[in-house]
Amino acid sequence: MIRLEALTKRYGDFTAVQSIDLEIPVGTLYGLLGPNGAGKTTTLRMIAGILQPDGGRVLIDGHDVVTDPYQAKQSLGFIPDRPFVYEKLTGAELLRFVAGLYGQEGPEVESRIDELLNLWDLQRWRDELVESYSHGMRQKLIISSALVHRPRVLVIDEPMVGLDPRAARLLKDLLRTFVSRGGTALVSTHTLEFAEVLCDRMAVIHQGRIAAEGTIKDLRVTASTAAGRLEAIFLKLTGGVEERELAAVLGG
Amino acid sequence: MSDRSVDIASLAGVASSRAGVRTLLRPKLLSAVHRARAGKSSLERGLTLALTGAGGFSFLYYISFRLLRALREVPEVGPLLATKLLGLGLLLFLGILLLSNLIAALSSFFLAKDLPTVIASPADWLPVYGARLTETLLSSSWMVLLMLAPVLVAYERVYDAGLLFYAMALVTLLPFLVIPASVGAAITLVLVNVFPARRTRDLLGLVSVAAAALLVLAIRILRPERLVNPEGFRNLVDFLEVLRGPSSPWLPSEWAAELLTGSLEGGVDPFWLFLLWSTAAALIVLGAIVHRGLYPRGYTRAQEGAESGTRAGRLWDLLSSALQPLGLQRRQLILKDTRVFFRDATQWSQLLVLGVLLVVYVYNIQVLPVRTSEALSRFLVSMVIFLNLALAGFVLAAVAARFVFPSFSLEGGTLWLLRSSPLRPEALVWSKYWSGAIPLLGLAATLTLVTNAILDVEGGLRALALLTIGTLTLAIVAQALAWGIAFPKFDTENAAQIPTSLGGLLFMLGSLGTLGAVLIAQFWSLREYLRSGLPGRVPRAPTVGEVSVALSLTLLLCAVGTVVPYLYARRRVANLED
Repeated sequence: MIRLEALTKRYGDFTAVQSIDLEIPVGTLYGLLGPNGAGKTTTLRMIAGILQPDGGRVLIDGHDVVTDPYQAKQSLGFIPDRPFVYEKLTGAELLRFVAGLYGQEGPEVESRIDELLNLWDLQRWRDELVESYSHGMRQKLIISSALVHRPRVLVIDEPMVGLDPRAARLLKDLLRTFVSRGGTALVSTHTLEFAEVLCDRMAVIHQGRIAAEGTIKDLRVTASTAAGRLEAIFLKLTGGVEERELAAVLGG
Repeated sequence: MSDRSVDIASLAGVASSRAGVRTLLRPKLLSAVHRARAGKSSLERGLTLALTGAGGFSFLYYISFRLLRALREVPEVGPLLATKLLGLGLLLFLGILLLSNLIAALSSFFLAKDLPTVIASPADWLPVYGARLTETLLSSSWMVLLMLAPVLVAYERVYDAGLLFYAMALVTLLPFLVIPASVGAAITLVLVNVFPARRTRDLLGLVSVAAAALLVLAIRILRPERLVNPEGFRNLVDFLEVLRGPSSPWLPSEWAAELLTGSLEGGVDPFWLFLLWSTAAALIVLGAIVHRGLYPRGYTRAQEGAESGTRAGRLWDLLSSALQPLGLQRRQLILKDTRVFFRDATQWSQLLVLGVLLVVYVYNIQVLPVRTSEALSRFLVSMVIFLNLALAGFVLAAVAARFVFPSFSLEGGTLWLLRSSPLRPEALVWSKYWSGAIPLLGLAATLTLVTNAILDVEGGLRALALLTIGTLTLAIVAQALAWGIAFPKFDTENAAQIPTSLGGLLFMLGSLGTLGAVLIAQFWSLREYLRSGLPGRVPRAPTVGEVSVALSLTLLLCAVGTVVPYLYARRRVANLED
């Protein structure tokens, strides 16, 4: 379970995240939507313990990320939007290293590494250096690294970046299976189709605040629109761009 | 939605004027300005920078000034030695500049993250060459300039040459810096075209090593120590002839030295100025021609492929077993750092340079003429012990700057992985510290034991030297780590460039300060013993009391020099945000 209480982050005079309250129960796949610069990545990085909040707190399975970071992070798997990994390690070595950071090793970890590499068709590449991987292969490896220690909570920033349609489908299935087995997943995404089809609940974040929260039905009510598609609701909540403005930009 | 298609042709028409060198350099300049202004701790960093910089400048100035003034008082030979020293110094700087330009050119011409944008733009090849050459020049020359400045000020003060000397220094140094930059950029370009793809980066590491080894050997062949040993010459006339004659007339360092010494004595030969400027201009033109012909192919090749596959699987298993007692997290961190180090040729290849330096160092100790006069030998050996300590400390600081200082920066973009895991910051700092300290302790102990055996040092002093170098190593490593964490370079494309950053310079100054403090404390503690070695005194061994005082002061200084930076590093990592 993830709980955010009055979570706030400021960069100098600019407030990136303003007093966000959110509760994501166990067994939920939760989507975090919002335009560029809305505060999604900052929120996710605070949940992962990479950024320190200026106010409020983050609880993961009841443990505060700031005051009890090691317990909180023990059950967390995090995938950032622009992940860099050690280029001079092999795929298997990287996964073994990450498991080690979570205090896990031995035959169980080795078989888990095999499972994950097989799942993503990376087995043939297990002993190759990461620097020789393609962008999509890296993304698959990073998703594997977030799963290798069997987390109970997954936090993912833009999960579909670089994945081919087959891998994207696999990830969707994987996330649904993960939450159906009692996991909790928070996913930030710009792919509205992904959120619409997959997420149990979602929040639209705009200018550092939650503009709407709930199921797609709840969002429709908040946006006071009868529109069926999430795209229309999203644009209503965050302010879309008029067609004539686009024409002006393009010189039409 | 019918009118949404973009008129590509009309958009393309916007780029009617092409980007020049200024436009291409502007993002880098603006980034540097923003970086200097940004950050909560900019005042703290600025103050540290100003104080350490002023300290380093004063230190170099003081040493140079004292040396030059002492030389000036020696009739005939003194001023000649001073000018010879300037030539040797500039030759050394030229070598350093060539090496650092090779490394910097690889980054700015082939590995920089903004290159795809620049290459994809309609910018002409010539401004791209100009901008990248300027970038190479600036990033590899600023540190050499900073180190040269106090020395030149000392020359001016001792010779009372006036403001004209500074003007001449500027006019001389500009082409002097441009020459190795153009040559370095051209060599890198040829290498990228000759060797396959990304392996060039590794090969360049080896080329740098070979060049460094050649430089060291060249200095050995020149034998600068014979200049301070006039007895080696048949007569004074021979000695003066050697001093007067140019030692390397084909090198720009000699031309620059001629100009600067001429300016000190009030008579500049414009021939040298013409030679320096025309060579620089010709090399820029030649470099541009080579760039035009080879760059597109070279850049393409540099993007291709990457190394794959690994070896030495059993060795890693053995290391992993040996590290078992450290616990899982620390073991995995050390294993990861070791793997990354030995798989990156730009990193491990520098161990070869270290090997060459150590052989030259031990050889020099062996050929020191300390036993030439029986009356003086005892005193000289004692002095050489301290000199040895100072030099070994300097070597260790340089090694730490290369291998320990960048270790945190090299985590770079992967910090998210460490910070989102339940890894404790103290485990990270601990692993980084001991990964650096253990090999350096081995190196320090070997160096001290071998050289002390050559010098046949007495037992008490031998133990003191060993303990001193050991504790000093622990302090140097802690400081390298702390400075590396305080001034990280996460965005670098080339690990070899990290030690040449501002933080690297500050670390060197700070660690040399610690070394200086330890040496002064030991000199003071052992002053009576040292005097007993002078001619006409009764020679004696150092007393237990003297050695104890020296050792206590050393331990105290090194403990402070270790604990303070180590705790700072832990605090800084715990509070770090990306």
